[in-house]
Amino acid sequence: MLGRLTLHALPFYSLIALGGALVTVLAGLAVLGVVAWFGAWRYLWQEWLTSVDHKRIGMMYIIMALVMLLRGFVDAIMMRTQQAVALNSQGYLPPGHFDQVFSSHGTIMIFFVAMPFLTGLINIVVPQQIGARDVAFPFMNSLSLGLTAAGAGLVLISLVLGKFSAAGWTAYPPYSELKFSPGVGVDYWIWAVLISGVGSTLTGINFVVTIVARRAPGMHLMRMPLFTWTAFCTVILMVFAFPALTVASALLGLDRTLGMHFFTNGHGGDMMNYINMFWMWGHPEVYIVVLPSFGVYSEVVATFSGKPLFGYKSVVFATMAIALLSFMVWLHHFFTMGASANVNAFFGITTMIIAVPTGVKIFNWLLTMYRGRIRMVAAMYWTVGFIVTFTIGGMTGVLLAIAPVDYLMHNTTFLVAHFHNMLIGGALFGYFAGYQYWFPKATGFRLDETWGKRAFWAWFVGFYLAFMPLYVLGFMGMPRRLERYYVPSWQPLLLVAELGALTILTGIICQIIQLVVSVRNRAALRDTTGDPWDGRTLEWMTASPPAAYNFAVLPHVHGVDELALRKESGSHMNPPGIYHDLEPCRDIVVPNNTGAGPLIGALAFGLGFAMVWYIWWLAILAGLGIWGLLVMRSFDDNDLHVIPAAEVERTETGRLSAAAR
Amino acid sequence: MALQATGNAAAALAAARTEQEDDRALGFWLYLMSDAVIFALLFATYAVMVVRTAGGPDGHALFHLTHTAIETTLLLLSSITFGFAAIAAKAGRREGVLAWLLVTFALGVGFVGMEIAEFHAAVAQGAGPERSGFLSAYFTLVGTHGLHVTMGLVWIGILWVQVLLRGVTPQAASRLYRLSLFWHFLDIVWIGIFSVVYLPGIR
Repeated sequence: MLGRLTLHALPFYSLIALGGALVTVLAGLAVLGVVAWFGAWRYLWQEWLTSVDHKRIGMMYIIMALVMLLRGFVDAIMMRTQQAVALNSQGYLPPGHFDQVFSSHGTIMIFFVAMPFLTGLINIVVPQQIGARDVAFPFMNSLSLGLTAAGAGLVLISLVLGKFSAAGWTAYPPYSELKFSPGVGVDYWIWAVLISGVGSTLTGINFVVTIVARRAPGMHLMRMPLFTWTAFCTVILMVFAFPALTVASALLGLDRTLGMHFFTNGHGGDMMNYINMFWMWGHPEVYIVVLPSFGVYSEVVATFSGKPLFGYKSVVFATMAIALLSFMVWLHHFFTMGASANVNAFFGITTMIIAVPTGVKIFNWLLTMYRGRIRMVAAMYWTVGFIVTFTIGGMTGVLLAIAPVDYLMHNTTFLVAHFHNMLIGGALFGYFAGYQYWFPKATGFRLDETWGKRAFWAWFVGFYLAFMPLYVLGFMGMPRRLERYYVPSWQPLLLVAELGALTILTGIICQIIQLVVSVRNRAALRDTTGDPWDGRTLEWMTASPPAAYNFAVLPHVHGVDELALRKESGSHMNPPGIYHDLEPCRDIVVPNNTGAGPLIGALAFGLGFAMVWYIWWLAILAGLGIWGLLVMRSFDDNDLHVIPAAEVERTETGRLSAAAR
Repeated sequence: MALQATGNAAAALAAARTEQEDDRALGFWLYLMSDAVIFALLFATYAVMVVRTAGGPDGHALFHLTHTAIETTLLLLSSITFGFAAIAAKAGRREGVLAWLLVTFALGVGFVGMEIAEFHAAVAQGAGPERSGFLSAYFTLVGTHGLHVTMGLVWIGILWVQVLLRGVTPQAASRLYRLSLFWHFLDIVWIGIFSVVYLPGIR
């Protein structure tokens, strides 16, 4: 009846695991309790979960990312603490549990922090930046969110029922095969990755079409703001890279569930096929994660330097070059796994070449600031901190691109330091800059600057304390993923790294305080103009938060920094400081809300859970349910409704008079 | 500063629908390209695994030219008949659409049936997907295509009902267009399978 699911799945094997499970369950219950306390079920369902408004979907993505960031960070600090104390001893975590912790840390941070965070930013910003009223496929957008949430839910529930994978976030076979990982952990990984991966592919398709087909009149490709450009390259990568992850994880699932032999030892299996396919997705994924951050920095640096981005065209071409090259470097993730010297040389060289367009961008950002009127707001702190940190990470990357060096450094903490250098100092700082920068656009009020800067300093200092020692430890030969060690000279550096993790914890606490303080002071931080930063691009022409239709009148675009152009020419300022096309309002068509997205997400969660535990009847039921909902949806031809011109006029007049006060 | 309101709800809705259908065609092309990457990787996996029979049967022992030829004929014919359905849709002839979709459906069912028979025969002689890396790759590549055809059949069924109930509405016509892309795409993939899996495998 319940497949392999028995009472033994509960985590009584270790007090720490039990504690984690209790925290997860209690946190879930607390959220439900708060919703029940405010009687907000109907509001939550009607205004948020069933919403197909890209701004709301984007905000839900970012909330998910922030929650999962906390979970992933708990894993991180557990690992740092274990390594700080585990000299000549077992530490406080048993080996199997430590392996689960690093596996879930990587899985969560990539799939359920980075992906939803960047998808959320793209959702909120891109349609407004291109002067569109919505994305091309609003329902599919809601569906993507549901599928991503289903994957995140599977990772979370693995803490309560059963154990998570101990095979690393990459789940390399043969260790991840049934023979060596007989539990449910790898299955949780496979289904979380498969389901959320489908969501990402759909997001990719959605935004490629949105950017290709929904741009405002006059917005040529070479007039798209930089964030839209980087988002464009990112979503193209999603469409073409995610299928590789889907195939790799699905074939691993076939090996495990149906006893096939794609990657097994013996019977003709070949693990290298998995590793190749995984990184054919995995390397483009690096750029999927980091390109949107490059876009954020480009917007932030231009706005707060009061200048157009230096060398717009070169940044666009650099971005496209990176996107193309990202498909040609995947083998550098496994130089040591048997390719010939010539093959390694080829991939080493392509890897070094990819550093060139990235280096170009660094100069673009620096030269944008040169002779600008710089305002050092919190978003700028993240940007400047990024430029310094990312350059260091880039240099260690070029070092690792040299195959003979990689033979020495692979699987050491040097590698761990390198990719955290790129993912924290490159990607995450950018998401935080974007969070700080576009928060008023999404919510209607700014985030507190002081706490934002405190958070930055704690993260910045914490990052260096936590990861610079790992570079040194890598040179000293310390392997990654080590749950205990017998080399006394490593411990001081690991203690410094622990201190760094605690400093980052301070940064996270600052961010929580920042959110609370900002919500409390929201009246003082209110943005009535829609343009709190003296912005340069179209998203600052809408209200904050924007109306459901974003733009009452679709703007005509004349240049890259359309809003800055309009400010210079002094047109469309009525009342002063508000930019509005004074044309008659018209009827505006918007999509209807639908519960199909969250319901399919819930069923996908059920399907994944059933496949993990071999509960076949539930899997069949959930699968049929998904099909049924899609068929029902296809019979619904009335998925649009009209906001009458009179109502649009009321909204817009109200906005203008509120801003004039 | 008053913003004058003018509006025509019906016209606005119609314009939005047209835009939506155009976007859906573009989006569907992107989906097909993404799906093509999945098939490309399955082909690549098959090409690597084809020699990895682990002492089990290889293609020579399992594939039969006549069977494959009939299968191929059924599928290619179904693409032609789908083309007739598309022509009928363009002319707005509801009966023509319904009839040709039915023929396409029947040919598709025949194809899937023959594939199931082939799989069944292989499993019956102990050559199931768990026998060797080669057979895992074979069942997965051909089976993924078969699964796509099966989903196409379900989709044909749904559209058949929609056209029956509502006629060739603009929405139905646009769905029919995307379904035809899907169906022809599967044909192209099958030609790949025929050339890569069956032709070299048959004595």
